[in-house]
Amino acid sequence: MSLELVDFQILAAALFCLGLYGVLARRSAVMVLMAVELMLNAVNINLIAFSAFRPVSSMITGQVIVIFVITVAAAEVGLALAVIMRLYRRRGTVNVDEIDLMKG
Amino acid sequence: MGLVLFYILGGITIMAALGVVTTRNIVYGALFLLVSLMGVAGLFVVLFAEFLALVQLLIYGGAIIIVILFALMLTRETDFSIATEHRRWPVAAVVSLALFGLLASSAINDSSLYNSDRRSGIGIEELGTGLFENWAVPFEIASIVLLVALIGAIVIGRSGDEEDGGQA
Repeated sequence: MSLELVDFQILAAALFCLGLYGVLARRSAVMVLMAVELMLNAVNINLIAFSAFRPVSSMITGQVIVIFVITVAAAEVGLALAVIMRLYRRRGTVNVDEIDLMKG
Repeated sequence: MGLVLFYILGGITIMAALGVVTTRNIVYGALFLLVSLMGVAGLFVVLFAEFLALVQLLIYGGAIIIVILFALMLTRETDFSIATEHRRWPVAAVVSLALFGLLASSAINDSSLYNSDRRSGIGIEELGTGLFENWAVPFEIASIVLLVALIGAIVIGRSGDEEDGGQA
C-alpha cells in the first residue's frame, strides 16, 4: 500500500473543516484569523498534492499558485492585525460578537 | 517510508489544528498553530515541494506567527470569557463535520481518476524559470498587492488621530 492522492485530499479536508469550525465557533478575532490560516494551508496541501501527482510538464502551476496564496495570506494577516489593533484601541475588545455596529 | 512519514506529519498537523480550535489559552493556540504549520511544511517535503516547504517555514514560522503573537500581546483581554466558544458552537461542529463528510466521500469516489501513486516534484530552477516567464505578470501584481497591504497596514494601525467618536 502506497501513498495516494486521496490520502492528501482527506487530510486537507480535515484541516479545512477544523479551520471552518474555528472561524464559526471562536469569539476572539485573532483566533478567527488563525483558523483562516488553517483553511488556507489546507488549500495549499490540496494544490501541491494535485501538482505532485501530475505529469512533470504541468506540475509547475500548482506550486506557483501556492506561492501566490502564501503571498496573499501574508498581506491578509498584516492588514487584519492592523484592523484588530485599531478596533481594540477604539472599542476595548476583540470579541467578534460585540462588533455589531452595522447590525440593522 | 513516505506512508509512515505522511501519517506522522499528518497526525501532528491535525492534532495541533484541533488544539488551535479548542484551546482556551490564546497564546497556546498560536503555538499550536505554529506546530500545525510546520507539519504542513513537512507534508510539502513528502510531496517533493522543497522550496515551498522552506517558504512555509520562513513566512509562517518566521513572520506570521510572530505577528500574531504581537497582536495577542497588544490586545490582551482582561476577562477570558472571549477565549471560550460561541454559545452556538454545536452548530459550527455539525456544519464542519457535514462538510468533511461531503469532501471525504467525494474524494474517495473520484480516487480512481488519479490512481497513479507515482509522485514527483520539480526543482527550484524550473520553478523560478516558470515564475519569471509564464507567471511574470501575476508575480508583479503580487508585489503590488504586498506593497498596498504594507502601506494600508501602516495607515490603519497608525496611532495618533484617534478621534474617539465611535459608539465604543
